[in-house]
Amino acid sequence: MKASLAFSAVITVIVVVVMLVDAGSRERIEQSRAALTALRMAQVLPDGSFDSPLPGDRLPEESGQALELFDEDAPLPIHRYWRDGEPAAAIMQVTVPDGYNGDIVLLVGVTADRKVSGVRVISHRETPGLGDDIELRRSDWIKSFDALSLETLPQSGWAVAKRGGHFDAFTGATITPQAVIRGVYNSLVWFEQHATTVFEQPRTHAS
Amino acid sequence: MKVSTQELIVDGLWRRNPALVQLLGLCPLLAVSSTAIDALALGLATLVTLLVSNLVVSLLRQWIAPAVRLPMQIAVIAGTVTVIELVTAAYLPALHDSLGIFLPLIVTNCLILARSEAFARHQSPAPAVIDGLATGSGFALTLLALGMLREVIGQGSLFAGAERLTGSHSAVAGIQVFSAEHGLILAALPPGAFILLGLLLAVCSPAYTSRRSSAARP
Repeated sequence: MKASLAFSAVITVIVVVVMLVDAGSRERIEQSRAALTALRMAQVLPDGSFDSPLPGDRLPEESGQALELFDEDAPLPIHRYWRDGEPAAAIMQVTVPDGYNGDIVLLVGVTADRKVSGVRVISHRETPGLGDDIELRRSDWIKSFDALSLETLPQSGWAVAKRGGHFDAFTGATITPQAVIRGVYNSLVWFEQHATTVFEQPRTHAS
Repeated sequence: MKVSTQELIVDGLWRRNPALVQLLGLCPLLAVSSTAIDALALGLATLVTLLVSNLVVSLLRQWIAPAVRLPMQIAVIAGTVTVIELVTAAYLPALHDSLGIFLPLIVTNCLILARSEAFARHQSPAPAVIDGLATGSGFALTLLALGMLREVIGQGSLFAGAERLTGSHSAVAGIQVFSAEHGLILAALPPGAFILLGLLLAVCSPAYTSRRSSAARP
């Protein structure tokens, strides 16, 4: 009996302490996450003079589903940017399932003229020292997407050089860069098809 | 049971180093040691967990009935790790991202329960804290050594990505010992972790064996 009372008391104290820390840190965690996201978004959309600041205007899931924009391959979430009321750019979050070690998550920035403004890897589990050259801190490779579009680079060019494409492969790693290239290509194709509809949807917050 | 402070420190850091001698906590040791910074971060998180859980278990020792000591200790450890995880997410989000699932998994690091169970619950707070510090440092240093070895051999760099640990936003390239192209990729891969840990054990083992044989002498 005494043991169970002491046990309950200790568990209660532990739960209360954890809940207090959780309540105390929640706001700060959200701020840190938002700051990290904004930082990454600024990198894929360097020209940041839009009607609403980063992270921009997120296309609501409901309207996307209603329009059947969101199949399972859709680059989501997608944030939209206007300049002086005109569609100016979008940032798509793309999950590529076929990395060497599972999902690679990318941010792809694209301007209204369908050109890539920047690509960054948000998360991946590729082999350190081999597949992680897709990170900017390891190499400039990810910048080779800048300013490309479906118009300037035909479909056959969206592959690593040793498969006849436009992009360098890393020493010893083909699967990782190939997966990233495919992810960027697919998101551009999706954007090409749906951009008009995406920007026609009402903004979630007034600018 | 009285143990001198000096003995506690030597024990934790070297004589019964959790990773090198007791071979405890090898899962994170092998999984998160691919770079020096990740290894250091997980080592520090484990050190803090061990320190806090040892202290709390020792403070509660009179109230812990032997029959429920395991659930109680696990609750203390899980609570400590949750707090550390929240604080890391709040102040070092990039590090939180890169440690991923291995941060919450510290709850199941057998090293921590081993020290609560075998030591802290019989001891007053002071030796429990010293033991937590010494054993935690022993683990963290081994993890760091393995992380440095794997990063240098595999990628030619040292402490790359240190900004994740300091919380600054500018990337730190670290020390580039030699070009990444000449790195031995095996070291960065999971088998490399096993091989290098094995080599580390082999290098340290003569020191341990000679101590054992001299101790065995009458």
